[in-house]
Amino acid sequence: MTETARSGNGVAVELTDLTRVYGPVRALDGLTLHIAPGELVALLGPSGCGKTTALRILAGLDAATSGSVSVAGKDLTGVPASKRDMGMVFQAYSLFPHMTVLENVAFGLKMRGQDRSARNGRATEMLELVGLSEHGNRYAHQLSGGQQQRVALARALAVQPSVLLLDEPLSALDAKVRAQLRDEIRRVQLEVGITTLFVTHDQEEALAVADRVGVMNQGRLEQIAAPAELYDNPTTRFVAEFVGLNNKMPATVTDGSAVVLGTPVPVIEGSLASGAGLAMVRPESLILTTDSTAHTNASVVSVNFLGSISRVYLDMSDGERLMAQVASAVAIRLAPGDRVGVTVEPNPVLVIAG
Amino acid sequence: MKRSLSFQAFRAVMLVLFAAFFALPLVAMLDFSTKVPATGERTWADWGLLVRDEALRQSIVTSLILAVLTAVVMVILLVPTMIWVRLRVPGASRLIEFLCLLPLAIPALVIVVGIKNVMAWVSYFVGDTPLALTLPYVILVLPFAYRSIDAALAAIDVRTLSEAARSLGASWLTVFARIVLPNIMTGVLSAATITVALVLGEFTFASLLNYLTMPVQLAAIYKVEARAAVAGALASILLVALLLLVLSYISRDRRTKKGSAA
Amino acid sequence: MAVDQPAVTTKAGTGRRFSVGPSLALLPFLAYVAVFLLVPTVTVVLGGFFEDGRFSLSNLRTLGSATVLHATWNSIVLSASTALIGATLGALLTYLILAGNPHGLLRRATVSVCGVLAQFGGVTLAFAWMVTVGPNGLLTVLLSDALGKDTFGGSGWLYDMPGLILVYTYFQIPLMVIVFVPAVEGLRPQWREAATNLGASTWRYWREVGVPVLTPPFLASALLLFANAFAAYATAAVLVSQGQPILPLMIRAALTSEVVLGQQNLAFALALEMVVVVTVVMLVYNWYLKRTARWLQ
Repeated sequence: MTETARSGNGVAVELTDLTRVYGPVRALDGLTLHIAPGELVALLGPSGCGKTTALRILAGLDAATSGSVSVAGKDLTGVPASKRDMGMVFQAYSLFPHMTVLENVAFGLKMRGQDRSARNGRATEMLELVGLSEHGNRYAHQLSGGQQQRVALARALAVQPSVLLLDEPLSALDAKVRAQLRDEIRRVQLEVGITTLFVTHDQEEALAVADRVGVMNQGRLEQIAAPAELYDNPTTRFVAEFVGLNNKMPATVTDGSAVVLGTPVPVIEGSLASGAGLAMVRPESLILTTDSTAHTNASVVSVNFLGSISRVYLDMSDGERLMAQVASAVAIRLAPGDRVGVTVEPNPVLVIAG
Repeated sequence: MKRSLSFQAFRAVMLVLFAAFFALPLVAMLDFSTKVPATGERTWADWGLLVRDEALRQSIVTSLILAVLTAVVMVILLVPTMIWVRLRVPGASRLIEFLCLLPLAIPALVIVVGIKNVMAWVSYFVGDTPLALTLPYVILVLPFAYRSIDAALAAIDVRTLSEAARSLGASWLTVFARIVLPNIMTGVLSAATITVALVLGEFTFASLLNYLTMPVQLAAIYKVEARAAVAGALASILLVALLLLVLSYISRDRRTKKGSAA
Repeated sequence: MAVDQPAVTTKAGTGRRFSVGPSLALLPFLAYVAVFLLVPTVTVVLGGFFEDGRFSLSNLRTLGSATVLHATWNSIVLSASTALIGATLGALLTYLILAGNPHGLLRRATVSVCGVLAQFGGVTLAFAWMVTVGPNGLLTVLLSDALGKDTFGGSGWLYDMPGLILVYTYFQIPLMVIVFVPAVEGLRPQWREAATNLGASTWRYWREVGVPVLTPPFLASALLLFANAFAAYATAAVLVSQGQPILPLMIRAALTSEVVLGQQNLAFALALEMVVVVTVVMLVYNWYLKRTARWLQ
């Protein structure tokens, strides 16, 4: 039986003050990150933010200009990539084209000197783990993108590495496959209990799979927190704007409270201390009232039906444009030109300087 | 991934060795053609023979005209055909490709062995001029010209462009001359350059059909005027190199222009 | 709502299926190729079966004679050896070139130079080597001055098989570079990184991944080089004035022979043999290429 199932024997990973400079470009600027044993941390950010650089330095495929990396307390500076005992899944094209799926998965074990029957047995187990046991004799070009990535995952895990690294593993796949595979990866990661670093530019992915999400920008870690915390309580402007959608609405802050559309709401730490600014309000936090007797302050511009929810674009009396996200059952009663009343839920908001 | 220092050193040494191997004969040609054997002095006198000697000069002119003529005939024959196939008769594209690549599989020597009757018939019409070589030469350059133009056509998605132009009311002639042709210029120029390079050095057909082109003449005078012969050979390869250099400059130029306009 | 208009019919042949009209425009090209390529080829293929205007197998039987077999064997040896040497050195050179900066000057310059050198043929190439390692060649003189004895000059080796092998290699290597570059570029960096990540050293990467992936295109390119050498004529024609050590020169002798009349048909038979060999090699090359192209998607 697999001895790695739910064993919880993951190791801790420490990135300490990592900096990577290419000429005038600071790809990484003092990144410090601690990953607990068995944890899945996602690094999220736009391209060029340094997330892939950090991952590659951890893997040993790139060298930091300064700072250090340690796994299970052992400093890995100077340890070559081939000896770091990590499993890596690349964005695409990483399966060896001339080997069967089984041979691909067994490759790492072959490098470690296992004999054929041992490594093929282990490889078969891994293929079962990712649900591809009948495909052992096929070649990479005969598989779909999603299947190829599952094989890549099996291959990375076959050697029982101490850390799993995923470099935008879903970015090259179709939307539907992406969602399925993301859950699959998380399931396997939990079952094996391996410490994992997952790099992506897709926030939905990051929020869905990770124990904690670190948002990066220009080589620096802006905020790292559990998904819900990150979404509800962004601590910097970048995080508030990057994660989820926002309406920027005028608000005045006094005494830890901001007044937005007439409703007082608490402010999140990191907000403007006092005075006039812009409150970042989530579309789903806007409340629409269609009651004809109530006071209206906006008119509907258009309604986008997206399935179970709809997005309603509104023109406010003061000329601002807002976007509200509501259940489609509500939105279906709205037509362009209708007058509605808009207020906000009393959730905490981040207020930035206007 | 960083390359180890020993690899860098190995690479440098090997590249130098290769460069030496390829440069050596060229240097030897330069040396030979400019040296008076008795005294070891340097002289360009034998290079001058290329223009002073009547027969030699004539053969050079013949080759140059032949090169240009072949390029022109190739363009007239091949470019409209290939564009036409892409736009109107896509089912024929495999046939055309096969025919254009066929000369790669049929040695020039074989073609010349079997072409005597055809060439006799041709000289009946145009007289006994070396320029008649243009006709078989176009066949020899077909594979290279085809690849070049085909790549250019593939890169611009001819069908979509022509359908867009047609839907806006353009005639086929307009599509051909003003939409497609300007966009494949680089490919056409590249094909023309390869044509010139090939014709300037072509020996098989010219010698076996007894026409006095430059390569044939150079081979003939080697025993008598060795230095001039070598000078001529070196000059022709330098001309080809120059042409290819100009071509790569032009195509890079166009590429960057396109990129910035995008 | 607009009234239904009948569909405007355009000129015949705008559909995708075969229709006569537009195909007619291809006639000039097809006629040209037929006259200047197909007719000569058919002439050669059929001509070998005739002698003195009558059907005869005598010319084909001559293909089995000692002299012809000897020349054929030499052609095969020449083509195979220069194909292997050219392929190996060319593959090495390709790797060395591509190992550097992909946008660097060295890369672009070398590939262009290879384009020029692969066109080097016939007269130019023959002269180049005659003045390098021939009796009064640059290298010959330098070496004899340095070593005090005549290393190259005497034996006339340049004008026989050893010389041909050396000289052919000069254009086989650049041809290999041109043909092999796409294959080496097809080696995805992810394979190297994945292999390293899984514990492979440089040596093991090449042994398990690099070489196996490159072997099919390498062999295919070697086949191409073989066909190229087998069909080559001009260089040998200029270098070798006496004798017919290889098949193409035997064809020359048959064509230009004043000694034996009626050798024309023998030339056809020899040319037929050449066409058969080259065609077979090119077919194998094509088939092999298609088979392995799937991998490097």
